[in-house]
Amino acid sequence: MPDMPPVDRAAIEVRNLTKCYGTVSAVDGIGFEVKVGEFFGFLGPNGAGKTTTVRILTGVIKADSGTAIIKGFRAGSLKAKQIAGVVPEMANAYNDLSGWDNLMLMAELYGVAYTKAKERSENLLRALGLLERKDSLVRTYSKGMKQRLILCMALASDPEVLFLDEPTSGLDVQSARLIKDLLRNLNAQGKTIFLTTHDMDEANQLCDRVAIINQGKIVAIDAPERLRMATSSMHSVEVSFTDTLNPEALAKLPRVNTVSKLGDKYRLYTDAPGDLVVSLVNYSCSVGQKIVALNVLAPSLEDAFVALTGKEVKDA
Amino acid sequence: MPDTRTVLQQIRRSLAIARKDIRIYYSKGPVIIFGVLFPVFLFLSFTIGRHMTMDFMIPGLLGMILFFTATSISPIVAPWETQARTLERLMSCPVRLETIILGDILASFTFGIAISLVTLVLGFFLGVTISSPFIFAIAVILAAFCFASLGNVFSIPPTNTPATINMLASVVKFPVVFISGIFIPLNELPAWGQVIAYISPLTYFTDIVRNCIQGRGHLSVVVDLLVLLAFTILFLVVALKMHQKTMPKRI
Repeated sequence: MPDMPPVDRAAIEVRNLTKCYGTVSAVDGIGFEVKVGEFFGFLGPNGAGKTTTVRILTGVIKADSGTAIIKGFRAGSLKAKQIAGVVPEMANAYNDLSGWDNLMLMAELYGVAYTKAKERSENLLRALGLLERKDSLVRTYSKGMKQRLILCMALASDPEVLFLDEPTSGLDVQSARLIKDLLRNLNAQGKTIFLTTHDMDEANQLCDRVAIINQGKIVAIDAPERLRMATSSMHSVEVSFTDTLNPEALAKLPRVNTVSKLGDKYRLYTDAPGDLVVSLVNYSCSVGQKIVALNVLAPSLEDAFVALTGKEVKDA
Repeated sequence: MPDTRTVLQQIRRSLAIARKDIRIYYSKGPVIIFGVLFPVFLFLSFTIGRHMTMDFMIPGLLGMILFFTATSISPIVAPWETQARTLERLMSCPVRLETIILGDILASFTFGIAISLVTLVLGFFLGVTISSPFIFAIAVILAAFCFASLGNVFSIPPTNTPATINMLASVVKFPVVFISGIFIPLNELPAWGQVIAYISPLTYFTDIVRNCIQGRGHLSVVVDLLVLLAFTILFLVVALKMHQKTMPKRI
């Protein structure tokens, strides 16, 4: 993990937070802390409670019980909102205003002086490739441009803590990359970032720590690397042969947990990859097949996610 | 209790919300149709061919225009923002719910005042004079705020369809116009009609305007102003309390 600035108090403190909709617990007694300057990821399948948590932290809805504190201020209070920037899930900028007017509105709502707001907005629009289109109505923007503008709006007040709910979901590669690069830079400048995402790679690349939430409860919190390593039975060996083989024969090899076929390759999950490689070489000789390619893979964050939530990632 | 600095800061942010509403919603179809075209045509259909003096017509027209224009924006902002998915962003800003509601009301209020001024200028050209301009100005400002607050009450149901709210608003607004002394003076209404008229805030505004233009009203101006003030407070309290409950359901 990167060095973090000295900390007196966590940027986000959540204790025993609960929110029910009817008889369904969307968030069920969760608790965690995010340190100042930390890039914190929040992962979970659909309906796990990610967006509900972000909405409580950003003061859009109230929790039924428990506490959420943002830099010492109660979540939802004006002071907590004042120091936070928010990119809500599925949110829109005002289509009937220009990108620039949307930014100026945000600056006014956060009480940013005009000259400061103007300078900051120009820099943000330039960084996210929107400066030339700043006077066009938002309704003429592409989806990627709109999302980049919403990120600019979240940063118009130069917030200390940034909440992002699926900021790159469904975006083109260029927009997603621009946003990720900017988030990395912001974090390097010391901003605390709370990010929910479905994208395991994104969480792996960006986050210092990741919490995995499932059915309203947090099932794991750790650094992405440690979460990956914790699921030791999820090591795998990917192998392809000159001819197609029966996967069942591979499943009978010693130390193989499961086998899945991926195109012309087989992925064999194991807790002893070294032993399995030897078995595979022996097996290929015994059946007169040549190994075309062989890779030993450590568990991905995606594997850890699947193991911890019991869900396929495609559901997430 | 919030301190003075916070209150002033929130008022400034209310004004920013009102400016945003003005830029976005003034040109929307329902606002032009229900706020301007409807009252004008309704008034014309009731006055053309009837021998009415200008002094009788202008207070009625002014009352109806102010009522329709001031209640044309505040009902649709909340459902429109729910539909456009801009509300969550607004709610996560450092503004209180009261600030958002006040901003929406101020936008409707400004629209009401601006369009009413056009009617007033038309009245001046047609030879209408106002006997007590100060009381008249207070009445217009208070009534515009009162009607804009009523408009906000219409937007309480947490729907994302502005048409639903407009329909609901029309169900209330049209009967109100007919019982408020616009077309028939209060003293010509039967006793039961007068009782119904007293539950409409528009009655009191029309009465003040008749007092200022025709020189005679049904009630004293002070009573009219106090009742308008009471209605304004009532609508504001209902809007704030009920939006507290329904606003989270919009997300």
